[in-house]
Amino acid sequence: MQTDIPTGLAQLPQVHEARNPGLPLDLDWVRAVQANTSAIERRAATLPGRRSVKKAYQAAWLLKAVTLIDLTTLSGDDTPGRVRRLCAKARQPVRQDILDALGMGPITTGAVCVYHEMVPTAVAALHGTGIPVAAVSTGFPAGLSPYHLRVAEIGESVAAGASEIDIVISRRHVLTGNWQALYDEMAEFRAACGPAHVKAILATGELGTLRNVARASLVCMMAGADFIKTSTGKESVNATLPVSLTMIRAIREYFQRTGYRVGYKPAGGISKAKDAVTYLTLLKDELGTRWLQPDLFRFGASSLLGDIERQLEHHVTGHYSASYRHPMG
Amino acid sequence: MTTVSDIFDTMDYGPAPESAAEAFAWLDTHHRAFGQFIDGGFTPAGAPFDSRNPATGEVLAQIGQASAEDVEAAVTAARKAQPKWARLSGHQRAKYLYALARLVQKHARLFAVLETLDNGKPIRESRDIDIPLVARHFYYHAGMAQLQEAELPDREALGVCGQIVPWNFPLLMLAWKIAPAIAMGNTVVLKPAEYTSLTALLFAEICTEAGLPKGVVNIVTGDGAVGEMIVGHPGIDKIAFTGSTEVGRKIRAATAGTGKALTLELGGKSPYIVFEDADLDSAVEGLVDAIWFNQGQVCCAGSRLIVQEGVAERFYAKLKARMDGLRIGDPLDKCIDVGAVVDPVQLQTIARMVDEGAEGGEVYRAAAPLPETGCYYPPTLITGLHPSSRLMQEEIFGPVLVATTFRTPDEAVSLANNTRYGLAATVWTENVNLALDIAPKLVAGVVWVNATNLFDAAAGFGGVRESGFGREGGWEGLRAYTRPNGKPKPLKPVSAIPAPAKAEVDALDRTAKLYVGGKQARPDGGYSRAIWSPKGKLLGHAGLANRKDVRNAVEAATGAAGWAKTTGHLRAQILYYIGENLSARASEFATRLREMTGATPAQAKEEVEASVSRFFTYAAWADKFDGAAKGVPLRGIALAMNEPVGVIGALCPDEAPLLGLVSCMAPAIAMGNRVVAVASEPFPLAATDFYQVLDTSDVPGGVVNILTGSHAELAPALAGHLGVDAVWSFSSSDISGVIEREAAGNLKRTWVNHGQTTDWPTAEGREFLEAATEVKTVWVPYGE
Repeated sequence: MQTDIPTGLAQLPQVHEARNPGLPLDLDWVRAVQANTSAIERRAATLPGRRSVKKAYQAAWLLKAVTLIDLTTLSGDDTPGRVRRLCAKARQPVRQDILDALGMGPITTGAVCVYHEMVPTAVAALHGTGIPVAAVSTGFPAGLSPYHLRVAEIGESVAAGASEIDIVISRRHVLTGNWQALYDEMAEFRAACGPAHVKAILATGELGTLRNVARASLVCMMAGADFIKTSTGKESVNATLPVSLTMIRAIREYFQRTGYRVGYKPAGGISKAKDAVTYLTLLKDELGTRWLQPDLFRFGASSLLGDIERQLEHHVTGHYSASYRHPMG
Repeated sequence: MTTVSDIFDTMDYGPAPESAAEAFAWLDTHHRAFGQFIDGGFTPAGAPFDSRNPATGEVLAQIGQASAEDVEAAVTAARKAQPKWARLSGHQRAKYLYALARLVQKHARLFAVLETLDNGKPIRESRDIDIPLVARHFYYHAGMAQLQEAELPDREALGVCGQIVPWNFPLLMLAWKIAPAIAMGNTVVLKPAEYTSLTALLFAEICTEAGLPKGVVNIVTGDGAVGEMIVGHPGIDKIAFTGSTEVGRKIRAATAGTGKALTLELGGKSPYIVFEDADLDSAVEGLVDAIWFNQGQVCCAGSRLIVQEGVAERFYAKLKARMDGLRIGDPLDKCIDVGAVVDPVQLQTIARMVDEGAEGGEVYRAAAPLPETGCYYPPTLITGLHPSSRLMQEEIFGPVLVATTFRTPDEAVSLANNTRYGLAATVWTENVNLALDIAPKLVAGVVWVNATNLFDAAAGFGGVRESGFGREGGWEGLRAYTRPNGKPKPLKPVSAIPAPAKAEVDALDRTAKLYVGGKQARPDGGYSRAIWSPKGKLLGHAGLANRKDVRNAVEAATGAAGWAKTTGHLRAQILYYIGENLSARASEFATRLREMTGATPAQAKEEVEASVSRFFTYAAWADKFDGAAKGVPLRGIALAMNEPVGVIGALCPDEAPLLGLVSCMAPAIAMGNRVVAVASEPFPLAATDFYQVLDTSDVPGGVVNILTGSHAELAPALAGHLGVDAVWSFSSSDISGVIEREAAGNLKRTWVNHGQTTDWPTAEGREFLEAATEVKTVWVPYGE
């Protein structure tokens, strides 16, 4: 196991899995990738009607969803105080009395996700919890700052204690079909991460087609991404089920051909408990139950947790809940 | 007890049952025993049989076996209600259909749960597919009633329709039958399948809620014996049947010669073609909707996988993995994919067919566990089969997919079309050139590109070959429930002129031969008949064709398949040219007509001129009988393409020797068909003269073949020929019955006069063009 990572970070893939080492760029494979948009949309549209979890199953699945959340704040007005409050929520995301009623031990969110400047604060606030700190990086969200600075930014964040780096790819490489450039960029970002694990944000809302999403997913995996992630949360269209299905199928194909499991992170736009369950069913049905663990799946979300808390309280009490009954993060 | 904490670790799915309480409560209000719905009310329950839930074996209710008196009463009620119903304005009928659509929506969940209880299909399907499509069908046809007067002024209701629907989509098939029928002013007697009558009975109840006049919709329940009573009832004008090809064939034979209109929507063994450039994951997912939808009990199920050899192993591996993810179980569970097969009898049939027929193939069954009790069959894939395998040819009607491979697009088409059926086909490729090239080549009524099992009320559905005839849905579907206005008159037999006592004979022999494959041919039997003028003049001899001449002519017509691929513009030019050449010989043909029939010079001239005009009419139509792009609720297009029927046998009218021949031949060839025309029996020489016109008009050999002889002898040979796709008859011989009976062999389409007249001077246009074409619906969802 290749690791300089503090032990106890169960959320990190390399703790459980051989880390994806990447492959030489295989352009034949990239160009053969197909993604039929209307068929993918139909599959995505009918999925919520095909799968349903109820009662204890629903509660358990929602608790699982909590442990898969990268609790996120990415605002210009973030302060240490704000970040500490978020970290406190990450440590105790669900009210203790609800956990007790459900017979559950302690749970935490998957990670806390912040900008570079907030990394030291978050690392300190989460010390001893095993909750990793993720930093968005490489000129997030547009990824258009000087290239050497983007690479350097990764190193700074890792040095500051981030154990996960969410990089943004250069969309222009996808839009112009310059797969070699995308591959080289991703590979260098991955190298810069060192032991920290790297999530490749594709900004799928800006890639134009699902075919591009599928190809970009594949190239990033070939270049060694540990995770592929839909969006920054700043694009006008963020995570959607069709995009997710496309990326998940790319991950499956990559696993089938290489034996390496790459993680998936939909981000932005997932705010309802029901949506979270739908995403989990999508993962379970298309990729397998193994992916329903924090080392291979995360939700990038800020308001999702609140809805899940209310649903859990409803499960326990039989009464619909109110948001002010749950501690804010 | 599984704890939250356990589930948190396993992340298993659990039970997610839909409640059946409301459906049971509804059954209880009927004391779980039903009579017949006749003339707006239920008869007392009697002669019951059990209706069971196939998932549990539990008896849901007692259904009545309709008696002959019940059927009689239902037909009488429908007959009585029909004239008044048809006299309502389209708008008034539209209001009732709209009310039915709304009521289906208001009771949607009750219908869905009841359907699932009765049939065993997953609640997801009844809730998300069947019932919404039912409502959609009534909405759509409310619109058809509204537009009837404006858009279909030349057509009227048929009368009373007997409708028999299957158990696989009980309420949806009811909607497909009832909505267009009553929209157009017909009344109906409908029989649901004996396994699945409950939603039809609930529908009867909402007819009452909608205030539908009594007698417009009558529901009789029971087994095939009740169906036979409907089929055989003389008070019924039209039979519409959806079900097995075997029963369809019997109905075709039973209704032969009765004058009943008939549409049949029968079985299939629909090909599912996957090209190497397809989105394979999506194609795999499509198969879930193709063959594991409704446990594969779908007439248009993509049950025959034809996958390009180079990707076959990869595709099978993906497919097997997907199969293992299917969840099989309680149909009311909202988290299952595959429910129960409809009945233990059907389960045994599936199991037996697979056990006996899988030889030589490799059988893979989904790894998902089956419930211990109830009618369940695992999703199954059988690879390595060949067209010669029985399972590649016969419909299994269960969750069993058979697979083979192909090398080239042409081979894919050949394999796909190597079947007696022709209901639906699916094509997966990312290459639009390939998709749009393949779709027209597939012999099927419906083609789905990069999708499968898409349905909509606006898009015609129905088959070719032994999958039946007639379309349901769209404007084309209304043909099945309307006929041209007006009351036809009986046609008097037209006899040949008998040999005179004192013959006037030219020294020069005039020999008229048959015309087969672009060449003159002596009749196989070596017999001919003298043709006399009314004045006793010997006009010549005409060959007496026999069944072997029919065989030769059909072979020639089949060989001229390239005609179907010519452009409308080319066919138009040739039709104009025929008209021109006929016109050039107008006086010769007029003389022939005068001498043969005793027509006046003016009458003869008029018939020739009308014949020339008729060629111009169909030359005009050849490039104008357009298809349509249907407004289906989907990002995509559903193209209704008018395709030639194929080889049409036409027994031409006796009374109009030239115009009748032309009236049959011209629309047929204009649309790309090949014709075997049997000339006017008493007056064949205008037709035999005519092949000289064909010879000089660039008509390729085999496109038109002309036989002379006895209609009564040739009709069964043509109608029974398994390579003929349609037979028309306007003969004055009493042959409509034998044609319809013999047509049951390959379920070819028939268009016969039932001894009624046709007004040949005006008989042209859409009625003929529609008979000369099949509507193929090609669905192309798009989006990048």
